[in-house]
Amino acid sequence: MQLSLIKHQGCATPFLRHLLDFRVYQTRQRSQCCKIACTVIRHRWMKRAPVFCTHNTTNKMISTQADKENIDMSKFPVERIRNFSIIAHIDHGKSTLADRLLELTGAIATTDKNKQVLDKLQVERERGITVKAQTASLFYKYQGQTYLLNLIDTPGHVDFSYEVSRSISACQGVLLIVDANQGIQAQTVANFYLAFEAQLTIIPVINKIDLKNADPERVEKQIEKVFDIPTEECIRISAKLGTNVEQVLQEVVKRLPPPTFKKEDPFKALVFDSNFDHYRGVVANIALFGGYLSKGDRIISAYLGKSYEVNELGLLRPDEHPTDRLYAGQVGYVIAGMKEVKEAQIGDTLYHQKHLVEALPGFKPAKAMVFAGMYPMDQSDYSALRSAVEKLTLNDSSVTVQRDSSLALGAGWRLGFLGLLHMEVFNQRLEQEYNASVIVTAPTVPYKAILSSAKLIKNRRAVQKNMVYIDDHRVMMKYLFPLNEIVVDFYDLLKSMSSGYASFDYEDAGYQPAHVIKMDILLNGKPVEELTTIVHKDRAYSAGKAMCERLQDAIPRQMFEIAVQAAIGSKVIARETIKAYKKNVLAKCYGGDITRKMKLLKKQAEGKKKMRYIGTVQVPKDAFINVLKRKDK
Amino acid sequence: YIPRSDNQDVMLECLQRETETLLKLSQVSRITSVFFGGGTPSLARPSTIAAVLETVARHAGLSEEAEVTLEVNPTPVGSSKLEDFLHAGVNRFSIGVQSLRDDDLKVLGRDHNSQHALQTVVEARRLCPGRVSVDVMFGRPGQCVASWELELDELLSVCDDHVSLYQLTLERGTQLFRQVQKGQLSVPSDDITAVMYDSARRILQKRGYLQYEVSNFARNGAISQHNMSYWKASQYLGVGPGAHGRFVPRGEGDVCREARTQTLEPDVWLREVQQRSHGTRRRIPSPTWDCELEEVLVMGLRLIDGITHQHWQLFSPRADLYQILSSSSEVQDLQQTGLLILDDRGLRCSWQGLALLDSMLPTLLLLLEAYITQGLQEQQARGPIGDQRHGGQRVSKPG
Repeated sequence: MQLSLIKHQGCATPFLRHLLDFRVYQTRQRSQCCKIACTVIRHRWMKRAPVFCTHNTTNKMISTQADKENIDMSKFPVERIRNFSIIAHIDHGKSTLADRLLELTGAIATTDKNKQVLDKLQVERERGITVKAQTASLFYKYQGQTYLLNLIDTPGHVDFSYEVSRSISACQGVLLIVDANQGIQAQTVANFYLAFEAQLTIIPVINKIDLKNADPERVEKQIEKVFDIPTEECIRISAKLGTNVEQVLQEVVKRLPPPTFKKEDPFKALVFDSNFDHYRGVVANIALFGGYLSKGDRIISAYLGKSYEVNELGLLRPDEHPTDRLYAGQVGYVIAGMKEVKEAQIGDTLYHQKHLVEALPGFKPAKAMVFAGMYPMDQSDYSALRSAVEKLTLNDSSVTVQRDSSLALGAGWRLGFLGLLHMEVFNQRLEQEYNASVIVTAPTVPYKAILSSAKLIKNRRAVQKNMVYIDDHRVMMKYLFPLNEIVVDFYDLLKSMSSGYASFDYEDAGYQPAHVIKMDILLNGKPVEELTTIVHKDRAYSAGKAMCERLQDAIPRQMFEIAVQAAIGSKVIARETIKAYKKNVLAKCYGGDITRKMKLLKKQAEGKKKMRYIGTVQVPKDAFINVLKRKDK
Repeated sequence: YIPRSDNQDVMLECLQRETETLLKLSQVSRITSVFFGGGTPSLARPSTIAAVLETVARHAGLSEEAEVTLEVNPTPVGSSKLEDFLHAGVNRFSIGVQSLRDDDLKVLGRDHNSQHALQTVVEARRLCPGRVSVDVMFGRPGQCVASWELELDELLSVCDDHVSLYQLTLERGTQLFRQVQKGQLSVPSDDITAVMYDSARRILQKRGYLQYEVSNFARNGAISQHNMSYWKASQYLGVGPGAHGRFVPRGEGDVCREARTQTLEPDVWLREVQQRSHGTRRRIPSPTWDCELEEVLVMGLRLIDGITHQHWQLFSPRADLYQILSSSSEVQDLQQTGLLILDDRGLRCSWQGLALLDSMLPTLLLLLEAYITQGLQEQQARGPIGDQRHGGQRVSKPG
């Protein structure tokens, strides 16, 4: 896993001191790759840019082709198609710009209510993030020609970076949005590289210039330094107020190259997103990389090899708008009787039954990086929760579900997510859309068992990979980090230590050998199987200690002393003691007190039935929940 | 129970009426003890007390030896009326001293000071020598073991032959509770109060007070007869707003003890008594009231002598304590750790066990419940048989 850190230098000293607290790193030679990479990109799009920079007349006209009837898609040859995406760090105004672009091109009416139109889910609106990529085809008249601009909105967070990369591969260019106040942030860099690696044309857009503290010059300089894009190429806008948004559309037409696909080629399309519709099945969003697709065609998914008949296809504006055909270079949706989103995996290739084509590169089935146990708060809610989880996973093929059960928490699931945010969003959607209350246990990360050889392992903590000063205020550091070190609360810790200035991003760096061991928790010498965990060898002591402390708080005192121990094999590595109490509360007990007393005792007796016994130690069920639950912030 | 009220005449009339109704219903022939408690009965007029006692005597036998206790708050007003109460028929005083530390009394919301308390005790002892009980409370905010021991010693030097020892319990909704919640006051930890209880038991023992119940100590055999009837699951009538009773309503032809609760709100209670001669709000007859045996167990174990086999036999003729408890490994554990004793005398707590009684009771209750359910199943298998469990073998000894 790679981690990059960007932060203000002003707080660097205390921050770095903290950094030392939680990682011992092996310093490596600073890699020069960043510099080299940026030089390359410059060459690349400097080559392309002039081709489109010929005309400069502003002839803005909002498309009048908004009428719903039959759009003849063959009217849009690739030369008049631009497929682009907006990429940005979280909260830099991606969705707001999308709203403005939609308004400008008449896809939606211009009202104050257009707030993050493409963010359809409640959780997206609440958190101000985009989870599901949305697509909108815009008609834009420029110099007498109507252009088809396909905006592919991408999820903003790195948990969804695979989705971002697939969305990006359907594009020829991107708008890289940077907040005029915050400047370049971790995900700005991550997204830049995604676009850069996909060899896309990048148009930097500096947003929020209306803000008081906006410093577009500084941000332009940052962009020049980090991405090697000349300052004059940045467009300064305020998506909120609509300032210069028109210019963005013009630049999209001018600077971005059209797709290079031919409609004469056999049909080939990339699935870059999919949704589930309860009535029509899977709705796959596709980008045509060649040929054309008509209603009634039989198509095959390259990953599963299954064949489907196209029932419906059309444009997304952003609502579904059926058409008869879609041609090479265009972007739209297709409904072909797929029953599960898993049949339309993001990144998969669709081709015509008669013309087998080579699958598009880059496809990989979604791989969960963070796992969490999820259990219903009350076992009687199990079936309700199951149906909620099933419905949600219908719409999100990247969540892996395995049934699981725990002695402490009953029946539940082990769910795999792309990342922490993904997991949180999933939980929030469960709560909001299905009113389900769940217990989420600490996420675990997949380990590959490696036969233990005499390998010396050093990577329990971060290994510094490189460090780049972005400008006077920021420093970017890259570390190799084991995922299990960050899954739980690293991000929160980082934010709180740096007063919110540091931002954080990561990517999977593959499996690294690590020394992990099984740790048992014992109560008076008896193991508690619910709490057996896998920990890193070097972390065993602190993890064991923390676990014992939490259990010590969670188990009520009893008539005898309880030893809470963490053990590796037969070796006890941490111990806490729950002292025996010597007496109960002594209140008077006459007349009316008797009735109350009996009631209380009956309740305690009932409660006792629900206790889990480890040897003679009574453990209330919520003790496990408290120990296993992720700590609330 | 006699709560404070302005309309004392109406109140008296109603108390008399409810006493009469319940006495008739229970058909008891002899009353062995009367207890005026709850609220501040010493605020009532001595004539009220006299009139109620008269009613009791009129409808059932009230012998000269019957214990008639009055709860007294040690205020100067209360203390001045003690003599009148004595003449009204009271022969035992229970004085809520609580503490000899004036600051603590204020925190506890009491309207007396230590001076008043001591005066009241002296006055009560003068009137009823050997029949005065003192309530004292430990685990108060800011209290430490040393000051508690000192205070108890001081108190015992003026005490009569009976002492009730309670730990302060923080009741939700009280000011004290809020203060402790907010951290303005702190009560001693469980470990400290455990030491306080232990040292109090030793000090009392040294002074000749024998513990006969979790919270009660008596010298010269001055145990409270009335309270014993609670712990021995005898019959008692509860009269007045919010009073609880347990008795066999023979007037209705019943043979089993019934749990009764009188209406709590004084005004409503008054109206009910005026309308239908009693203010019984809730009745749980014993066939559905499985608690009978459970109450015998829970209350009986509060006594230092515990539950004798003979006593248990009265309530559970079918199964003795051995049958119900001895096969349980948990009970065996409790016996082995020396907290619980089950022998030929019966079932009882050890010295340390008494302090931990509440922790043992859920285990014992579950065993008892298992036994009862099993018994019911067997009974159903055998066909309906009249439940003779509580068959009128008991001597009436209501309070």
